[in-house]
Amino acid sequence: MAQARSNRPLSPHLQIWRWGPAMLVSILHRVTGNGLAFVGLGLLLWWVGAIASGAEAYQTFLDWVWLGTGGGIKAVTALLGKVVLVGLTWAFFQHMASGLRHFVLDIGAGYELEANALWSWFTILFGITATVVFWAFVLLR
Amino acid sequence: MGNGTSIGRVRGLGSSHHGSHHWLAQRLSAVGNLILIPFLMISLALMPQHDYATVHAWAAKPIPSTALILIMINTFWHARMGVQIMLEDYVHEHGGKVAAWLLVNILPFAGAAFGIVSVIRIALGGA
Repeated sequence: MAQARSNRPLSPHLQIWRWGPAMLVSILHRVTGNGLAFVGLGLLLWWVGAIASGAEAYQTFLDWVWLGTGGGIKAVTALLGKVVLVGLTWAFFQHMASGLRHFVLDIGAGYELEANALWSWFTILFGITATVVFWAFVLLR
Repeated sequence: MGNGTSIGRVRGLGSSHHGSHHWLAQRLSAVGNLILIPFLMISLALMPQHDYATVHAWAAKPIPSTALILIMINTFWHARMGVQIMLEDYVHEHGGKVAAWLLVNILPFAGAAFGIVSVIRIALGGA
């Protein structure tokens, strides 16, 4: 932007404000949404593409993302794959909770300082709790 | 058109004439995701194994196939709009805007098309 390079004073930015839960939830909504868009949908396409391509391609997907069969670099990517999958699960639950918060804000409710902070914290709590419950169910059942 | 009337503004007659529609479509597709993505996650969590035969048999059934194709449409649509808003906020240079415009107008459609073709191939027994 042309204006940004002039000597005109800038409005206060991130470092000026005292961080509150609403600010955290706002940026988390954007970060998780874009993470899901690029990483989540990318992985989803690899997954359905691998299933559509047959048993061998699906085994390759599993080896790289989860099993690490054959060792070497796949052992590393399989570890990363687990981190990414748990991360995507958290990103989805966080994005879902903060998205539902947006629906409430859209009807004009929840702007009072205390209610706003409370529901902001609640979305973070929900994101973490739901992720733990989901993976506990998948891995322990 | 001046500042317009209240009803004109809610009908999306803002400066670009598309703002309200974009905003509403983002929420409409969010409701779709609220059903589709938990369906996918619960289905995956309840599968006895995640080997090829099990996953393929699941994805080939009519309801999972339909859900997966709807994800390719609805979730990619939602993601496209979200990424577009992010780029509009952060990309200000002219060249960057052209690149961003190409990205949000080509990549989601290519991805969704690949996903739909894959699901159809699974459902109709190509592999």
